[in-house]
Amino acid sequence: MSTVLETRNLSKRFGGFFASSNVSLDIKQGARHALIGPNGAGKTTLINLLTGFLEPTSGEVFLKGDNVTRLSQHQRVKRGLVRTFQINRLFAEMTVLESVTLSVCERMGLGWKWWRPVGAHTAAIDEAAELLSTLRLLDVAHAPTRSLAYGRQRMIEIALALAAKPEVLLLDEPAAGVPTDESRGLFETIARLPREVTILLIEHDMDLVFRFAERISVLVGGALLTEDVPEVIARDPRVREVYLGTSLDD
Amino acid sequence: MTVIFDGIASGLLLFLISVGLSVTLGLMNFVNLAHGSFAMFGGYICVILLNRHGVPFLAALPVVTLASALAGVVLERTLYRRLYGASHLDQVLFSIGLVFMSISVAHYFFGAQQQPLQLPPMLSGQFNLPGLDIGVYRLFLIVVGLLIAIALQWMIARTRFGAQLRAAVDNPRAARGLGIDVDRVFVLTFALGSALAGLGGALGVEMLGLDPEFPVKYIVYFLIVVAVGGSGNIKGSLYASLIIGICDVAGKYYVPQIGAFVIYAVMVATLIFRPQGLFGRGAAK
Amino acid sequence: MSSNLAAPPATPANGFDPGPLRNAARWHRAEYAFWVLPVLAYFVFAENLSLLSQIAIAALFCLSLDLILGYAGIVSLGHAAFFGVGAYTAGLLAKHGWGDPLLGLGAAAAIAAATGFITSFLVLRGSDLTRLMVTLGVAVMFYEAANKLTAFTGGVDGLQGVEVKPIFGVFGFDLYGKTAYWYSLIVLFIMFCLARRLVHSPFGLSLRGIRQNLTRMPAIGAPVNGRLVAAYTIGAAYAGVAGALLTQTTQFVSLDVLSFSRSAELLLILVLGGTGRLYGALIGTMVFMTAHHFLSGINPQYWQFWLGAALVLVVLFARDGIMGMLQRLHAAGRKAP
Repeated sequence: MSTVLETRNLSKRFGGFFASSNVSLDIKQGARHALIGPNGAGKTTLINLLTGFLEPTSGEVFLKGDNVTRLSQHQRVKRGLVRTFQINRLFAEMTVLESVTLSVCERMGLGWKWWRPVGAHTAAIDEAAELLSTLRLLDVAHAPTRSLAYGRQRMIEIALALAAKPEVLLLDEPAAGVPTDESRGLFETIARLPREVTILLIEHDMDLVFRFAERISVLVGGALLTEDVPEVIARDPRVREVYLGTSLDD
Repeated sequence: MTVIFDGIASGLLLFLISVGLSVTLGLMNFVNLAHGSFAMFGGYICVILLNRHGVPFLAALPVVTLASALAGVVLERTLYRRLYGASHLDQVLFSIGLVFMSISVAHYFFGAQQQPLQLPPMLSGQFNLPGLDIGVYRLFLIVVGLLIAIALQWMIARTRFGAQLRAAVDNPRAARGLGIDVDRVFVLTFALGSALAGLGGALGVEMLGLDPEFPVKYIVYFLIVVAVGGSGNIKGSLYASLIIGICDVAGKYYVPQIGAFVIYAVMVATLIFRPQGLFGRGAAK
Repeated sequence: MSSNLAAPPATPANGFDPGPLRNAARWHRAEYAFWVLPVLAYFVFAENLSLLSQIAIAALFCLSLDLILGYAGIVSLGHAAFFGVGAYTAGLLAKHGWGDPLLGLGAAAAIAAATGFITSFLVLRGSDLTRLMVTLGVAVMFYEAANKLTAFTGGVDGLQGVEVKPIFGVFGFDLYGKTAYWYSLIVLFIMFCLARRLVHSPFGLSLRGIRQNLTRMPAIGAPVNGRLVAAYTIGAAYAGVAGALLTQTTQFVSLDVLSFSRSAELLLILVLGGTGRLYGALIGTMVFMTAHHFLSGINPQYWQFWLGAALVLVVLFARDGIMGMLQRLHAAGRKAP
């Protein structure tokens, strides 16, 4: 299979501290790839570098073979590289349907249209409603985002990303802060995404990671420790050492 | 030379008034556009003491300082503290409200006219050196300004309160965790800032004038000091005040047609290119 | 205005009704009623037409700030810069023989927009505080420039000799201010309708997105800087038109069109009225200007005192302004049987 997202020697230095050092990743089309590592291993930094939220100190990012290192965030989104955030970044005062419609409009390139009202762009609204329906959010479509419980807000976080029709979706701890019973449903939704969408996932819950991922990269101190299929990672003594005290099997 | 001398005097005056604004912004993250009102308050107290009660100028100054500090404490406790967490826009609106109220109160009691201030004979007049005319009052301003700047610097660097203040500026949450009574530090700092503004206002009656529009007229200058000096930075405020004082006096003297334009441009440029101020700690971007 | 939306929305098979969003841009009954007021006012307050014109002009100015603050979320303490640019543009044109009012409006809009476009790059980055200080700094520079360029602007004495020709060559500006009022009101209404379209469009939605969560917008593919530049430029053009209206209806430009207090007062009116609602700007201006007219007639100092006090109270207790209070009353009224 072909590579869809690749990094070459990606490094980010804050003062004297390397948050990422020489990370070279290769993610195949359609992959279900997880990125694990202890707190402070630089997982979110890596996502920030991939999406252009941060500028790397050195190294390059390639998306579908094109060097996107110098592109801004929104340009990368236009090329299909979309992320979610570890802490919700939502439009609190908008209704759920409005905020997803906003994301759909941006994808459709309607963001500069200023004459016809949003309501007249029925294709955008219908698509947003359909997305809400697949995410089982339709019942709260007209509720203000801030009025929802955290678990459902977390779904909107993902909905905003999906509305951008990603080819590569970067999920930064999608289940963070979500009650366990709800996180199952959330992961089922993610697992149901079509194979055209390549997924790179950061997650702390090893149970979820091993159930979902087909490849796992382990990040320690900003650098890549190893990368392999879950079975191998689970047996790797170095990985166990990193996670000292936490068992990977339960 | 005389221009530079006068510039230094007005710079130090500016420093006295603005340093409080800079510290409240740096410490409490509070944009107090009403800072000039405290200076005006000090000015009027001074005028009352001198002209109505015949108190000697030098004796009036400590009273002015205390009164301004007291006013600062009262307002901090009753109003300002409610807005510490609010957005900068809210703080700006709130303090503009206070400015309007202070202007109309000043109008009500004193009228729109400039307040006269008779300096004591020992502080008026000037003596001439070759190439340099030294106004005695300007010299007095410089001495007082420098003394206070040194005292402030000493207080920040050496005293316990200074250490608490620095800790609270750097990281209020951590400071609270260390058992520092951040609330108390806030009140004391606010009082100090108001006191200095009041003193500056009193000292400035002779140079800046005093009328109800004072807080609006000079607010831009105070903000420039903060922008150029970096908020919460006492040394930075001092340097910025001196530069602005000298540029302002020199500009008005040599190129009156450009006037204050240059200073405003410097402020905007600083804000864009060095948001932490010209003398701020190296930007931790 | 929005007849293309009036058709009943097609309901998807699953029974979901997207209506509330589809029809969000439709004119509400209260809005029609609102716009009848200024027409009635013409007959009821026929002796106060100059005040009414002032209100219409100030409302347009306030609307321009609402576009950039209430929607795009850019705080400004220097919006008078664009008002002043527009006022001087129209004034200088009329003084030098190009007194056609519509030409003046167009030129004022264009030059103010250009000024807004250039200065917008200064407010793209930075915290609210930086933006407040930068906008303030830019505005005082304009003030200082107009103050010193006496040969062009007349400096503190103001720009004299502004001669405005009749509108379309037919409707001359009369002594009673009838033409001035209708002219200001119609321009306000047209500009309002445009602004209303704009805020309900996908572009307007994206501005709201920027205000509510600046950091999310690039992550859904929106070029934030471009949108902010556009919004700021449009806001500046609106302010320029308001400034030009003031010049044309008073046949004079005073230096204080650029003053700090004009910017500060504007911000205050908008906050009193309520930001991000368009009508907040209009109602805030009506209330403010009317109160100003009557109270400052009694004593200007009292007025300023109570204005300051009102501002302090609004910030402390009623942050969403008059419109917010109206909406809460409305909601409470609905709940009550």
